[in-house]
This record gives sequence, C-alpha cells and structure tokens, in this order.
Amino acid sequence: MTPTVAHPEATDVESVFREVYGQAVATLVRVFGDITLAEDAVQDAFVVASDRWRSDGIPPNPAGWIVTTARNRAIDVLRRSARGRELHEQLGAVTSEEVGSGAEGREEDGPVRDDQLRLIFTCCHPSLRTEHQVALTLRLLGGLGVDEVARSFLVSESAMAKRLVRAKYKIKAANIPYRVPAEADLPDRLRSVLSVLYLIYNTGLDDPEQASLRSDAIRLARALVDLMPDEPEAAGLLALMLLSESRVPARTADGALVLLRDQDRSEWDRTMIEEGQGIVRACIRRDRPGPYQLQAAIQAVHCDADSVDVTDWPQIVALYDHLFSVMPTPVVALNRAIAIAEVEGPGAALTALDTIAPALDDYHLMHAARGTTLRRLGQRVAAKAAFERAVILAATEADRRFLAQQIEELAEDALR
Amino acid sequence: MSQYLLATYAVEGEVPGAPMTPEDMATFMEKVIALEAEMDTSETFVFGGALHGPDAATVVHSSEGDPIMTDGPFVESKEHIGGFYIINADDLDEALAWAGKTADATGHPIEVRPFRATGRVEDWRGEG
Repeated sequence: MTPTVAHPEATDVESVFREVYGQAVATLVRVFGDITLAEDAVQDAFVVASDRWRSDGIPPNPAGWIVTTARNRAIDVLRRSARGRELHEQLGAVTSEEVGSGAEGREEDGPVRDDQLRLIFTCCHPSLRTEHQVALTLRLLGGLGVDEVARSFLVSESAMAKRLVRAKYKIKAANIPYRVPAEADLPDRLRSVLSVLYLIYNTGLDDPEQASLRSDAIRLARALVDLMPDEPEAAGLLALMLLSESRVPARTADGALVLLRDQDRSEWDRTMIEEGQGIVRACIRRDRPGPYQLQAAIQAVHCDADSVDVTDWPQIVALYDHLFSVMPTPVVALNRAIAIAEVEGPGAALTALDTIAPALDDYHLMHAARGTTLRRLGQRVAAKAAFERAVILAATEADRRFLAQQIEELAEDALR
Repeated sequence: MSQYLLATYAVEGEVPGAPMTPEDMATFMEKVIALEAEMDTSETFVFGGALHGPDAATVVHSSEGDPIMTDGPFVESKEHIGGFYIINADDLDEALAWAGKTADATGHPIEVRPFRATGRVEDWRGEG
C-alpha cells in the first residue's frame, strides 16, 4: 500500500506511474480486449493524475484510481465511435460488473493480479519473435515509455513504435489469447516468460547505459514470483538476478570487466546476497530443480565465499554437472570447464575446453577461458592467440578492455 | 470463433514424404484420416485439400478486360504451398495445437495464418 503523500514531487508521481502502469493496462485489456485502447486510456488517466495528485496528493490506492479513471476514458472513446457504440453495448454488463466501484478497493487484488499474469503470457507468447516479446513486456508491463524501450534496443523511437504496432497487430489479428496457459502448456510458456525477463536483465548488464533495465527486470521477476508462488523456476530466476546484481559494484573497474577471482568482495551487496540465498535455500527445500534454480545455486555458492580460494569448487562442479544434465548447452559446458580448472587444475580444464571449442568458436568467452587456462599452463604464445581472437569477437567495451589487460599481463609474464 | 489457414509447403522436386514405401504411405494416410476425424468431431474442419504442383499452375492477369495467361505459379520459388486446412478455432493457441497435430501427422512444417475475414465480402464489409 502506497501511503498518501500530501504534495508529492514529480519524481514520486513518475515512479508511482511506472509501478502501476502494467497493472492498469492489464486490467483494461481484460475489460476491453484491446491493448491499444487500454494503453491510450491509461495514458490519459496519467495526464489527469499528474495534475490532480500534485495538488491533492497520491491516493491510497493509485492503481485503483488509475484503473477507474482509465476505464471511464475508454468508455468515452468507445461511445464516440460508431463501432465502439456497438462494442460498448456488448461490454456494458462486463464493465459495470467486473470493474465497477470495486476498482477503488483492495478487494480487486485477486482479479487484478491475474490480469497482469495473463498479460505477461500474452506479451511473451511463443508465436511472437523474441525482440517483440521483450519490447511488449517492457512497454506494457514495465511501464517504460516507447522512447525508453527504443533506447534499450539502440533503435530510433519511430522504429520502436513501428515494432510495437506490428507486435500488437499480430496479437489482435491472430487472436493470441489473453489468459494463463493450460497446465499442459505452462512449463513451455513459462520458460518463454522467464527467458524474456532474463534477456532484459542481461541487456542491462552488458550495457552500462542501460543499467535501469536490470532493475526493471528484477521488478518484473518479483511481480512474477508474487503472482506464481508455486513456480520454483520463477523464484530461481529472481534469485539468479539478485545474486548477479549483488556483484555489479565489483564487476568492473575503470570500464574493464573484473573476473570473479579478482573482485573486491567487500563491494558485494550483502542485502541482495542474503535475499538471493534465502530464495535458493527455499528452492532446495522444494526440490523441484530447474535451470534457473541451479544457476542461482551456483551463484549462491560463489557469494558464500570470502575469496576464490575458499570457494567450494567441488560443489560448483557438481551443480554444473546437474545443470548440464537438464540444459546440455555448450555455454554450460564452458562454465563447467572453468570450474574444473579450480578442482582438477588447468590441464583438465584445457581438455574439457578443447572438446567444446568447435561449438563455441564464435563466442569470445570461450577464447578468453582458453587464454586464461593456457596462461596458467605457461603456454604464453597460445594464450596470446586465444585472447586476441576473443578481443575480435567481444561485444562490449568492458570485455575488450579486460582482454587487452590480459594480453598486456602476458607480455609482463614473459619479462619475468 | 476465428478461422485459420493451416498450410503446408512442399519443396520443388520433392514429393512430400518421398521416398515412401507402401507401408509408410498407409501409415501416413491412417494418421491424416485420424486427424481429420478428430477435426470433424470437434467441428474444427472447415475445408482442406492437397494441391497439384506448380507445374499445373496458371496465372491470369487482366489487361483492360482481356485475360492474359502465363504458365506457372505467380511466385517463382523452390517452395510451394502443397496443401491446406481451413479450421475453426477459438484463438491462436487452439489453432497452434491443431497445427502441431497436423505437423505431427504429415511430417511437414505448418504455417498458421489467421483469416482477416471469411465468407462473402458483402457479409463482412464495413466490419473493419
């Protein structure tokens, strides 16, 4: 519950908007069955609110206030159009029954929460391409403006506006349903939702300019866990994001990536680590492991250790083995090989890396891992070649700087 | 209720599912017949058919009222629509479930296209 603030700052009103946007749009979509109508009405309601709230204060249930105002706006819009009059007559019963005066009260919590869940599954429907899923999720549920979504994808606002129009057109034209999928489809469909949220988070991690995407992703993941408390993978994803986020302050120095082993662990955010580890422990008790929970468990083990030397590496290798059994991808194999170096030594790691190298020849982190391993084996020439290949493939400035440092250090090794 | 086109594409020179033994053909037929029976029971099936290849196609243009014929398909491509179903479905999820069954029965990928409108133009004109 948001407390009533007498004369809120513009920024307070902004943050409330972002908080309640997804909820309001989701409810309006349920009532009117049209995303564009719902969005326009919620925008209009925000315009009204931004004046009124600044003089009267933010109401105790801002989401309910927005939903009621937006619903009235949408009905006005419908009344004004000929086609709308027909639709409005059909909807008459629905709007008065389902939203009615109750929208102002907390008793709307149940259906309102389900509205958001339904909308998440619509936005992440597998028949939509990934970039459309991400854009819709950020726009409709994250409450980001079209300009903000555009910036996160490094495209122009008009290009993003077109992309959103196309995605919404497909939802309408193909009649993508607005509901939580049936039990049988749920695991697949939930996976699609989780991967969209994780992609949003990782976009924010790769690009320091997009740091706010990380908090958007965490906020959406929190909402999802709240909506689907019985889905351990949703909890696993939230824990994975929190544990990753806890290390962000130590993750780069002077614009270059800092390896886990070299990070200043006192900079890690203990509050986030505690929350993440608490979720991981709850997942372990639940004993329905999945890829996100296992990745979170691996991060939880890292966050437990004061240094790389006291890290429980055998436990990490065991978790990677488990992860590989449920998600047998070359990237998992790569991370497992890196962990093996700490348990069985760089020789064993190199053998493991050579096996997966062909599958990941275009992936800079594979070459970086080979470079690090070869350096530990004293094979400087081969290590340099691997790092140089990694630099060419690296996608972010932080990665390139880190790799350049490695090459410099190799040259220093040679002088010793 | 919406209607969807479930279309399958054949690659030129490849007969769908070929080479097929008579046994394979019998299994294929059984699967498709069972699928269509299921579509009938659920009142999903509207229409369907298998098409002759692009070699049998003719394109007709109108030039000031005079028809001009050209031999062959409209789009020169290696892939051509080989057959289709038109089905009733409540929403895309239901259509996709039928497409999955059709892909399973035929062994071919299925393109799902929603109809913007069906029937005679006069019946839906003005509905947007």
